[in-house]
Amino acid sequence: MRDSRTRSKSRWAALPLLVFVVIVFGVPMLVLLGGTFTKEGTLSTANLTESLQGAYLTALAGSVKLSALVAVLGGVLGTFLAQAVVTSRFRALREAVLTASGVLANFGGVPLAFAWIATLGNSGVVTTTLGLGAHGWSLYNFWGLTLVYLYFSIPLQVLTVVPALDGLRPQWREAAQNNGASTWQFWRYVGIPVLTPALLGGVVLLFGGAFSAYATAQAMVGSTVPLVTLKIADALTGNVLIGHENVALALSLDMIVVAGLVMAVYLPLQRRSARWLR
Amino acid sequence: MNGARVEFRGLRRRFGSTVALDGLDLTVEPGELIALLGPSGCGKTTALRCLAGFEQPDEGEVLVDGADITRVPANRRDAGMVFQSYSLFPNLNARDNVGFGMRVRKVPAAKRHARAQELLELVGLPSVGDRYPHQLSGGQQQRVALARALALEPRVLLLDEPLSALDAKVRVTLREEIRRLQLSLGITTIFVTHDQEEALSMADRVAVLRDGRLEQVADPATLYDRPATPFVAEFVGAMNHLPGLVSGDRVTVLGQTLPVEGQAPDTAQADVLVRPEAVLVTPDAEGDGIVMVSSFRGSTARLRVRLGDGTEVLADVPGHDSARFAPGTAVRVGLVERPVLVSARSETGAAAAVPEPDVV
Repeated sequence: MRDSRTRSKSRWAALPLLVFVVIVFGVPMLVLLGGTFTKEGTLSTANLTESLQGAYLTALAGSVKLSALVAVLGGVLGTFLAQAVVTSRFRALREAVLTASGVLANFGGVPLAFAWIATLGNSGVVTTTLGLGAHGWSLYNFWGLTLVYLYFSIPLQVLTVVPALDGLRPQWREAAQNNGASTWQFWRYVGIPVLTPALLGGVVLLFGGAFSAYATAQAMVGSTVPLVTLKIADALTGNVLIGHENVALALSLDMIVVAGLVMAVYLPLQRRSARWLR
Repeated sequence: MNGARVEFRGLRRRFGSTVALDGLDLTVEPGELIALLGPSGCGKTTALRCLAGFEQPDEGEVLVDGADITRVPANRRDAGMVFQSYSLFPNLNARDNVGFGMRVRKVPAAKRHARAQELLELVGLPSVGDRYPHQLSGGQQQRVALARALALEPRVLLLDEPLSALDAKVRVTLREEIRRLQLSLGITTIFVTHDQEEALSMADRVAVLRDGRLEQVADPATLYDRPATPFVAEFVGAMNHLPGLVSGDRVTVLGQTLPVEGQAPDTAQADVLVRPEAVLVTPDAEGDGIVMVSSFRGSTARLRVRLGDGTEVLADVPGHDSARFAPGTAVRVGLVERPVLVSARSETGAAAAVPEPDVV
């Protein structure tokens, strides 16, 4: 009796959070859906169709490609860096890398773009000092953007994976060795499977971060590299064509669907990789 | 399975300024179960890890059946090991944990599973094959770890305090099973423990280590009854330090003159080392001892008796007699007539070796 009363009281405690969720997610979602399926005041799928054609489709594909590449590269490189830090005998190095990762994982937007433009842009310090321009170097393309996105993605993966790597017990490696396993066999049969839930989580996080990034790309490449977030901004502000605000909303819906698809792949994988935890 | 002969020769290992092993020499005979016993930091685990290949000694050699394996990588040694705890691979079920070594050696799955099941039955867990480690109790996990260690039919079994994380009842059951298995398989076994009861009850011989050196290696009865050094005497079992007066090869203690076991010290004033069970206590209103504390332990009760001169003596009496020795009872104290170990007088003099709880 008392338990159920306590439970119902504790539900009230969640009310402010629920109200907040409804306001910041529910209301924009309704507006987004309403706008997407409205064309010139009537119910229509024309915006959605347009968002999946021509330059818009190219931008969506470009964003998915860039995000997937950043997620995979950032995931692999971040995991290797995290492992190096975890196994290092120098405590100070670990602290330094983790502190730097905490800062760099949150370094984004125009300041990040400016830092890179000033360093490796066409007139950047390193570019001019080393004469990289003569060798065809350019930061303002797909690969340049990938590099810049990795700058905050790798630290984010480090922060995600270090706790999981810390959880790998030394006894497991020794027990594997004792059973005749090589280092590779330990990682193949034990280390990587144990880490997989954390690795997958990290990769999905990186994908999401890169997929939704806007300001850095806007400041660096403008419309040179087709990205969906840039197209949404253009359509909303009437940068190229006016009256395309609802196509922007349709592109946002496309992004939600892509994120949903990523989760649809991620969740079964995550569940499968973590079945030994249940 | 046939056990191998294991030899540690002049093993030295240093960690920074700490000397973990300081010239350890020890031979383990084929099929023997030897316990490495000692306090924390005495080097017992380091010795075991040198044999497993997880530590490289700075000096000395480890030989198995006469072959020097000191530099052989850990994954190529013929030794199965059970770790202290939490060593099962969490992502593999019990059957796959046991079959891990066979999987590494590319044994076909059907054969591997059959052998794993056989081993699980051997350790008394025929129906847990599909369970993951977190679904097993501590005792079950250690049994699975034992099965895994035996899966590749090693000639040496290494046990690194495998029972220390278990509750008392499971500990006793499992140690009996380990011993039964070891005897039936005839596998040479080295068992690291800091628990003297475990060492004495399981091992053919017990090696007591202190500061990386071997203090004594002997069968349990000899170790207990005839400790070679005062350290062994104190570490294995409880020990009284009673003031005595040495004269030739005899010593006078508590008014009795007893023969000295081994070498007598040069000084006349000495500490006489006497086990609580070698102290005879009789209720006597005229006796010069008073029972201060009585600690009931089931089959026995341990008494702390204060004598007229302030000396405190630990004595064991049968548990069913404990009611006769309530605190405050006047008693007469004597010693069993047999040779006693004598050491040079320590500062603390007659203090009991092992502090007893104030349980009445």
